[in-house]
Amino acid sequence: MTPPGWFLALSVLLFALGTIGFFVKRDLLTQFMSVEVMLNAANLAFLALARGPAKTDAQIIVFFVMTVAAAEAAVGMAIILLVFRRRRSIKTEDLRDLKG
Amino acid sequence: MTADWMFFVLAAVSAGAVLAMMISKNQAYNALFLVLAFAAMGGLFGLLGAPFAAAVQVLIYAGAIMVLFIFVIMMINLRTGVPPDRKRWTLGLAGVMALVLLAELGFAIRGVFSAGRPPAEDAAAGPEAVGKLLFTKYLYPFEITSILILAALVGAIVLAKKRDET
Repeated sequence: MTPPGWFLALSVLLFALGTIGFFVKRDLLTQFMSVEVMLNAANLAFLALARGPAKTDAQIIVFFVMTVAAAEAAVGMAIILLVFRRRRSIKTEDLRDLKG
Repeated sequence: MTADWMFFVLAAVSAGAVLAMMISKNQAYNALFLVLAFAAMGGLFGLLGAPFAAAVQVLIYAGAIMVLFIFVIMMINLRTGVPPDRKRWTLGLAGVMALVLLAELGFAIRGVFSAGRPPAEDAAAGPEAVGKLLFTKYLYPFEITSILILAALVGAIVLAKKRDET
Protein backbone atom coordinates (compact mmCIF):
# COMPACT_ATOMS: atom_id res chain seq x y z
CA MET A 1 0.00 0.00 0.00
CA THR A 2 1.09 3.56 -0.62
CA PRO A 3 2.74 5.10 2.45
CA PRO A 4 0.62 7.78 4.13
CA GLY A 5 3.39 10.33 3.71
CA TRP A 6 2.66 10.64 0.01
CA PHE A 7 -1.00 11.31 0.67
CA LEU A 8 -0.01 13.91 3.23
CA ALA A 9 2.40 15.54 0.77
CA LEU A 10 -0.38 15.70 -1.84
CA SER A 11 -2.70 17.25 0.71
CA VAL A 12 -0.06 19.90 1.54
CA LEU A 13 0.34 20.65 -2.17
CA LEU A 14 -3.41 20.97 -2.71
CA PHE A 15 -3.82 23.20 0.34
CA ALA A 16 -1.09 25.52 -0.94
CA LEU A 17 -2.65 25.56 -4.40
CA GLY A 18 -6.00 26.48 -2.86
CA THR A 19 -4.36 29.31 -0.95
CA ILE A 20 -2.72 30.64 -4.11
CA GLY A 21 -6.05 30.42 -5.91
CA PHE A 22 -7.82 32.32 -3.19
CA PHE A 23 -5.35 35.20 -3.31
CA VAL A 24 -4.67 35.31 -7.05
CA LYS A 25 -8.13 34.89 -8.54
CA ARG A 26 -10.38 37.89 -8.56
CA ASP A 27 -13.90 36.61 -8.95
CA LEU A 28 -15.84 35.51 -5.90
CA LEU A 29 -16.89 32.18 -7.42
CA THR A 30 -13.40 30.91 -8.14
CA GLN A 31 -12.19 32.10 -4.76
CA PHE A 32 -15.01 30.12 -3.23
CA MET A 33 -13.94 27.06 -5.22
CA SER A 34 -10.40 27.50 -3.88
CA VAL A 35 -11.78 27.38 -0.34
CA GLU A 36 -13.47 24.09 -1.20
CA VAL A 37 -10.14 22.74 -2.48
CA MET A 38 -8.53 23.68 0.85
CA LEU A 39 -11.28 21.91 2.79
CA ASN A 40 -10.77 18.82 0.66
CA ALA A 41 -7.03 18.87 1.24
CA ALA A 42 -7.70 18.91 4.99
CA ASN A 43 -10.02 15.91 4.58
CA LEU A 44 -7.33 14.05 2.67
CA ALA A 45 -4.77 14.70 5.41
CA PHE A 46 -7.25 13.51 8.01
CA LEU A 47 -7.93 10.23 6.24
CA ALA A 48 -4.23 9.69 5.45
CA LEU A 49 -3.31 9.79 9.13
CA ALA A 50 -6.14 7.59 10.39
CA ARG A 51 -5.31 3.93 10.93
CA GLY A 52 -6.84 0.85 12.50
CA PRO A 53 -10.23 1.31 14.12
CA ALA A 54 -9.83 5.08 13.93
CA LYS A 55 -10.49 4.86 10.19
CA THR A 56 -14.22 4.66 10.90
CA ASP A 57 -14.10 7.74 13.14
CA ALA A 58 -12.07 9.58 10.53
CA GLN A 59 -14.71 8.93 7.90
CA ILE A 60 -17.37 10.35 10.21
CA ILE A 61 -15.34 13.50 10.81
CA VAL A 62 -14.82 13.84 7.06
CA PHE A 63 -18.56 13.43 6.62
CA PHE A 64 -19.19 16.27 9.08
CA VAL A 65 -16.66 18.48 7.31
CA MET A 66 -18.42 17.84 4.01
CA THR A 67 -21.80 18.62 5.54
CA VAL A 68 -20.55 21.92 6.92
CA ALA A 69 -18.96 22.67 3.53
CA ALA A 70 -22.29 22.04 1.83
CA ALA A 71 -24.09 24.39 4.22
CA GLU A 72 -21.35 26.96 3.71
CA ALA A 73 -21.67 26.62 -0.06
CA ALA A 74 -25.42 27.19 0.07
CA VAL A 75 -25.10 30.38 2.13
CA GLY A 76 -22.06 31.55 0.17
CA MET A 77 -23.83 31.11 -3.16
CA ALA A 78 -26.81 33.08 -1.86
CA ILE A 79 -24.51 35.90 -0.77
CA ILE A 80 -22.68 35.90 -4.13
CA LEU A 81 -26.03 36.05 -5.91
CA LEU A 82 -27.11 38.95 -3.71
CA VAL A 83 -23.85 40.81 -4.38
CA PHE A 84 -24.28 40.27 -8.10
CA ARG A 85 -27.85 41.57 -8.01
CA ARG A 86 -26.84 44.77 -6.25
CA ARG A 87 -23.57 45.49 -8.06
CA ARG A 88 -23.90 43.60 -11.36
CA SER A 89 -20.39 42.27 -10.76
CA ILE A 90 -18.65 39.55 -8.77
CA LYS A 91 -15.16 40.97 -9.16
CA THR A 92 -13.61 41.64 -5.79
CA GLU A 93 -12.16 44.93 -7.00
CA ASP A 94 -15.64 46.30 -7.52
CA LEU A 95 -16.51 45.47 -3.92
CA ARG A 96 -13.99 47.59 -2.08
CA ASP A 97 -16.48 49.56 -0.03
CA LEU A 98 -18.51 47.50 2.38
CA LYS A 99 -21.32 50.01 2.67
CA GLY A 100 -24.62 48.64 1.44
CA MET B 1 2.58 -2.09 -7.33
CA THR B 2 -0.87 -1.31 -8.61
CA ALA B 3 -1.95 0.88 -5.68
CA ASP B 4 1.11 3.10 -6.08
CA TRP B 5 0.43 3.51 -9.75
CA MET B 6 -3.19 4.50 -9.09
CA PHE B 7 -2.10 6.96 -6.42
CA PHE B 8 0.20 8.79 -8.82
CA VAL B 9 -2.41 8.95 -11.57
CA LEU B 10 -5.08 10.28 -9.21
CA ALA B 11 -2.69 12.72 -7.53
CA ALA B 12 -1.58 14.08 -10.90
CA VAL B 13 -5.19 14.45 -12.05
CA SER B 14 -6.33 16.27 -8.91
CA ALA B 15 -3.33 18.61 -8.69
CA GLY B 16 -3.45 19.26 -12.44
CA ALA B 17 -7.15 20.04 -12.35
CA VAL B 18 -6.69 22.51 -9.48
CA LEU B 19 -3.81 24.12 -11.38
CA ALA B 20 -5.92 24.36 -14.54
CA MET B 21 -8.69 25.93 -12.45
CA MET B 22 -6.31 28.71 -11.50
CA ILE B 23 -5.12 29.33 -15.04
CA SER B 24 -8.53 29.28 -16.70
CA LYS B 25 -10.54 32.48 -16.69
CA ASN B 26 -13.95 31.01 -17.40
CA GLN B 27 -16.00 30.20 -14.29
CA ALA B 28 -17.91 27.36 -15.95
CA TYR B 29 -14.66 25.64 -16.92
CA ASN B 30 -13.39 26.24 -13.40
CA ALA B 31 -16.40 24.40 -11.98
CA LEU B 32 -15.82 21.46 -14.33
CA PHE B 33 -12.13 21.31 -13.41
CA LEU B 34 -13.19 21.26 -9.79
CA VAL B 35 -15.51 18.30 -10.50
CA LEU B 36 -12.53 16.48 -12.00
CA ALA B 37 -10.34 17.28 -8.99
CA PHE B 38 -13.01 16.16 -6.52
CA ALA B 39 -13.66 12.93 -8.40
CA ALA B 40 -9.94 12.12 -8.34
CA MET B 41 -9.89 12.87 -4.61
CA GLY B 42 -12.79 10.49 -4.15
CA GLY B 43 -10.58 7.83 -5.75
CA LEU B 44 -7.79 8.74 -3.32
CA PHE B 45 -10.17 8.33 -0.38
CA GLY B 46 -11.03 4.89 -1.75
CA LEU B 47 -7.32 4.03 -1.94
CA LEU B 48 -6.98 5.03 1.70
CA GLY B 49 -9.53 2.39 2.68
CA ALA B 50 -12.42 4.78 3.26
CA PRO B 51 -15.18 3.71 0.84
CA PHE B 52 -17.87 5.67 2.65
CA ALA B 53 -15.90 8.91 2.45
CA ALA B 54 -15.19 8.20 -1.22
CA ALA B 55 -18.86 7.73 -2.06
CA VAL B 56 -19.91 10.79 -0.05
CA GLN B 57 -17.17 12.83 -1.72
CA VAL B 58 -18.49 12.01 -5.18
CA LEU B 59 -22.15 12.45 -4.18
CA ILE B 60 -21.91 15.66 -2.16
CA TYR B 61 -18.95 17.48 -3.71
CA ALA B 62 -18.87 16.36 -7.32
CA GLY B 63 -22.66 16.14 -7.32
CA ALA B 64 -24.53 18.53 -5.07
CA ILE B 65 -22.08 21.38 -4.45
CA MET B 66 -21.04 21.51 -8.09
CA VAL B 67 -24.67 21.69 -9.24
CA LEU B 68 -25.01 24.68 -6.92
CA PHE B 69 -21.95 26.32 -8.50
CA ILE B 70 -23.24 25.68 -12.02
CA PHE B 71 -26.65 27.11 -11.08
CA VAL B 72 -25.13 30.32 -9.78
CA ILE B 73 -22.84 30.61 -12.82
CA MET B 74 -25.92 30.20 -15.01
CA MET B 75 -27.87 32.85 -13.09
CA ILE B 76 -25.00 35.33 -13.02
CA ASN B 77 -24.33 34.78 -16.73
CA LEU B 78 -21.11 36.73 -17.12
CA ARG B 79 -20.57 37.53 -20.75
CA THR B 80 -16.82 37.81 -20.49
CA GLY B 81 -14.24 36.36 -18.17
CA VAL B 82 -12.54 38.48 -15.57
CA PRO B 83 -9.84 40.52 -17.32
CA PRO B 84 -6.34 40.26 -15.82
CA ASP B 85 -5.77 43.87 -14.83
CA ARG B 86 -4.53 43.28 -11.31
CA LYS B 87 -1.21 44.72 -10.39
CA ARG B 88 1.65 42.30 -10.96
CA TRP B 89 3.29 42.74 -7.60
CA THR B 90 0.29 41.30 -5.78
CA LEU B 91 0.61 38.18 -7.92
CA GLY B 92 4.29 37.89 -7.07
CA LEU B 93 3.57 38.48 -3.40
CA ALA B 94 0.88 35.81 -3.44
CA GLY B 95 3.32 33.37 -5.05
CA VAL B 96 5.99 34.08 -2.44
CA MET B 97 3.52 33.70 0.42
CA ALA B 98 2.21 30.45 -1.03
CA LEU B 99 5.75 29.09 -1.32
CA VAL B 100 6.37 30.03 2.32
CA LEU B 101 3.18 28.23 3.30
CA LEU B 102 4.16 25.18 1.24
CA ALA B 103 7.61 25.06 2.88
CA GLU B 104 6.05 25.47 6.31
CA LEU B 105 3.54 22.68 5.83
CA GLY B 106 6.21 20.46 4.30
CA PHE B 107 8.36 21.10 7.35
CA ALA B 108 5.42 20.15 9.54
CA ILE B 109 4.90 16.77 7.87
CA ARG B 110 8.55 15.81 7.36
CA GLY B 111 8.45 13.38 10.28
CA VAL B 112 5.97 11.14 8.49
CA PHE B 113 8.58 10.11 5.95
CA SER B 114 11.47 9.58 8.33
CA ALA B 115 9.66 7.78 11.16
CA GLY B 116 9.32 4.62 9.08
CA ARG B 117 5.75 3.95 10.07
CA PRO B 118 4.35 0.88 8.38
CA PRO B 119 1.65 1.54 5.81
CA ALA B 120 -1.86 0.86 6.94
CA GLU B 121 -2.57 -2.81 6.40
CA ASP B 122 -5.99 -2.85 8.03
CA ALA B 123 -9.09 -3.70 6.08
CA ALA B 124 -11.31 -0.96 4.75
CA ALA B 125 -13.78 0.41 7.26
CA GLY B 126 -17.06 -0.16 5.50
CA PRO B 127 -20.26 1.87 5.54
CA GLU B 128 -21.88 -0.48 8.06
CA ALA B 129 -19.32 0.36 10.77
CA VAL B 130 -19.58 4.04 9.88
CA GLY B 131 -23.36 3.98 10.23
CA LYS B 132 -23.24 2.22 13.58
CA LEU B 133 -20.72 4.69 14.97
CA LEU B 134 -22.58 7.66 13.51
CA PHE B 135 -25.76 6.85 15.40
CA THR B 136 -24.16 5.88 18.69
CA LYS B 137 -20.98 7.77 19.52
CA TYR B 138 -21.58 10.69 17.17
CA LEU B 139 -25.32 11.04 17.66
CA TYR B 140 -25.23 14.56 19.15
CA PRO B 141 -22.90 16.00 16.49
CA PHE B 142 -25.12 14.40 13.86
CA GLU B 143 -28.26 16.08 15.21
CA ILE B 144 -26.47 19.40 15.62
CA THR B 145 -25.36 19.12 11.99
CA SER B 146 -28.96 18.71 10.91
CA ILE B 147 -29.87 21.93 12.74
CA LEU B 148 -26.93 23.63 11.00
CA ILE B 149 -28.20 22.45 7.63
CA LEU B 150 -31.68 23.74 8.44
CA ALA B 151 -30.29 27.13 9.45
CA ALA B 152 -28.21 27.31 6.27
CA LEU B 153 -31.26 26.39 4.19
CA VAL B 154 -33.43 29.08 5.73
CA GLY B 155 -30.61 31.62 5.55
CA ALA B 156 -29.91 30.91 1.90
CA ILE B 157 -33.58 31.27 0.97
CA VAL B 158 -33.95 34.52 2.91
CA LEU B 159 -30.79 35.96 1.34
CA ALA B 160 -31.50 34.93 -2.23
CA LYS B 161 -35.20 35.73 -2.53
CA LYS B 162 -36.28 38.82 -4.39
CA ARG B 163 -37.48 41.64 -2.16
CA ASP B 164 -40.55 42.80 -3.97
CA GLU B 165 -43.06 42.87 -1.12
CA THR B 166 -41.81 46.06 0.48
